[in-house]
Amino acid sequence: MSEAATTTAINYSSAPLIEMRNISVSFGGVRAVDDVSVNLYPGEVVGLLGHNGAGKSTLIKVLSGAYHSDSGEIWINGKKVTINSARDALDNRIETIYQNLALADNLDACANLFLGREEVLASGLLDEGRMEDATRKVMGRLNPNFQKFHAPVSALSGGQRQSVAIARTVHFNARILIMDEPTAALGVAETKVIHDLIRQLKKEGIGIFLISHDIHDVFDLADRCTVMKNGKLVGSVYTKDVTQDEVLGMIILGKMPNVQSAANTTAN
Amino acid sequence: MGAIKRFISRLELDPRLFGMIGALVLIWVAFDIASDGLFLTPRNLYNLSLQTASVAIMAIGMVMIIVTRQIDLSAGSVLGVLGMLMAVMQSRILPDSLGGWIWPVTVVFGIACGLIIGGFHGWLIGYLGIPAFVVTLGGLLVWRGAAWWVTTGQTVSPLDQNFELLGGGVYGTLGAQVGSWSSWLVGLIAVAALVMGALRSRRKRIAYGFPVRPIWAESVVTVIQCVVVLAFVAVMQAYEMPGIAAKRLYEARGLTVPDGGIVIPEGIPIPILIVLGLVIIFTVLLTRSRFGRYVYAIGGNPEAANLAGINNKRMIFWVFVVMGLLTAISAVVASARLQSADNGLGTGDELRVIASTVIGGTSLMGGIGTIPGAILGAVVIQSLQSGMTLLGADSSLQNIATGAVLVIAVFLDMQYQRRRRK
Repeated sequence: MSEAATTTAINYSSAPLIEMRNISVSFGGVRAVDDVSVNLYPGEVVGLLGHNGAGKSTLIKVLSGAYHSDSGEIWINGKKVTINSARDALDNRIETIYQNLALADNLDACANLFLGREEVLASGLLDEGRMEDATRKVMGRLNPNFQKFHAPVSALSGGQRQSVAIARTVHFNARILIMDEPTAALGVAETKVIHDLIRQLKKEGIGIFLISHDIHDVFDLADRCTVMKNGKLVGSVYTKDVTQDEVLGMIILGKMPNVQSAANTTAN
Repeated sequence: MGAIKRFISRLELDPRLFGMIGALVLIWVAFDIASDGLFLTPRNLYNLSLQTASVAIMAIGMVMIIVTRQIDLSAGSVLGVLGMLMAVMQSRILPDSLGGWIWPVTVVFGIACGLIIGGFHGWLIGYLGIPAFVVTLGGLLVWRGAAWWVTTGQTVSPLDQNFELLGGGVYGTLGAQVGSWSSWLVGLIAVAALVMGALRSRRKRIAYGFPVRPIWAESVVTVIQCVVVLAFVAVMQAYEMPGIAAKRLYEARGLTVPDGGIVIPEGIPIPILIVLGLVIIFTVLLTRSRFGRYVYAIGGNPEAANLAGINNKRMIFWVFVVMGLLTAISAVVASARLQSADNGLGTGDELRVIASTVIGGTSLMGGIGTIPGAILGAVVIQSLQSGMTLLGADSSLQNIATGAVLVIAVFLDMQYQRRRRK
């Protein structure tokens, strides 16, 4: 799929799917995130880049409800929301796929897919038939060869585990997806499967924040790159306007390239 | 060998449970041979089941605690203080005029105290974040001391007669209390439930179009379960009430004693009925409810559970509340069996309970463990102890054997896990 085809579908003049405005987070005396604003449009993949400790994970954990921000606002579809817990994020249809801590290894695919949102019968007991049925349907779409429905996910390959995590997003109809290093632990073939999945989700109008160290990953998938350094926003650029070296310059030196700054700044 | 392995794998049984049952059978046969046939007698197996009951009940709760990566070192001491409180309640506080109400009031009081103690532990561990090891190590000392304070060290005896039935003495059985046929009725109900359960879940899987076990494999598993149930009832029925006790029972009921003597099968002891009821309730809770699902999720990956919207603190609180409940029921059974309570009641039980749970396949790393496994573990430990008593080995040797079996069991389990992962 060419980059042009992936970018044309996004309507930047519409209201953004999500806006994080002037977010600050401190741990003790350290400002991990300092007055950062980012946004995301429907069907868009925004690559969130920066060194370790740049604050990108902290910023995104505010969105997924794992951390509280000290100041700042979150707007979804033009409406201000409060996210104080993981539950709040899920209720706003924000799903997060973490690099390694998204799944309970001892549980099977079905239990993980529905974790925290189990279907229950009138008796209050788990409706395992319905959940397994839904799991088989979703996994059939994402990963048709998958058969280990009753094995603990620790027995699955990296790609299979990642597809279980993604199945969660698809089943619960996420509109905002946060992916933290989704391919870091995967082989080449599995990475390709995940990339295809991301493109498919994007086509369905889901907005995706992609956190990655791998600049190739980001250039392959992202419509925009948003770069952070030392807790501050360096800026956002359209991927098609810049070279990898220019983005590396943003990450390492915190220097904006000589191109039009992307949608972020106009949002405020 | 390959054929057997294939056969077992087609049955889709838990191989660890399978191994544990094998080990138990081995222990039983070895003791039976060494004791010239004294071990596998109805009388010994009946006593074995009674001796296991108290530890088995607490092991149910310990599974949940260890699966959530916690520990409870205070179970024996809490059992002690609850036993003392209930003993004082029934024999010194409640008036005799309450009659048949004494035992239920006492049990409810004991359970309420157990819930409070469990809730207190759960609050300290879950909400204040004090490590469970520390809280319950403190509890081990505090509650043992508290047990002494209840009567400043005096033993309370005798207990209420009805209360004592809950410990399963000669009269505390279905045979003595309900009728000689009642244990068979319970056995048949269990068999019917097993068969219907298997049929229902199979029909459901077929309705959804999920793969199912071949019908012969399903039948083999169900038949084995039914045979175990009926064999257990048969053994308990084969143990007959001692002649004098039977005579007294007849006289108390105003019946004339026939010339040829009386044969009353004891049947299932009441504490075993309690254990079985609790095993069913808590197995359903642990495997079929949200609560159980979250217990395993927290043990498998606390951070993932939290991110999925599960309130880990509240879950840990409730797990300790459940442990308090089960410890109270265990205290009822233990003090009723001994027909007295003293401030040493339950000493060392926490270690037997933890050992049972771990031998029964619960991982101290959390996330893995089953209630039936822990019950089997409790039976293994009690079998070792009572088998060695039967052979005249003294208690120091019993401790050595129990300790060694614990370490060997965990080692073998680790080897199995490692091989499976490869």
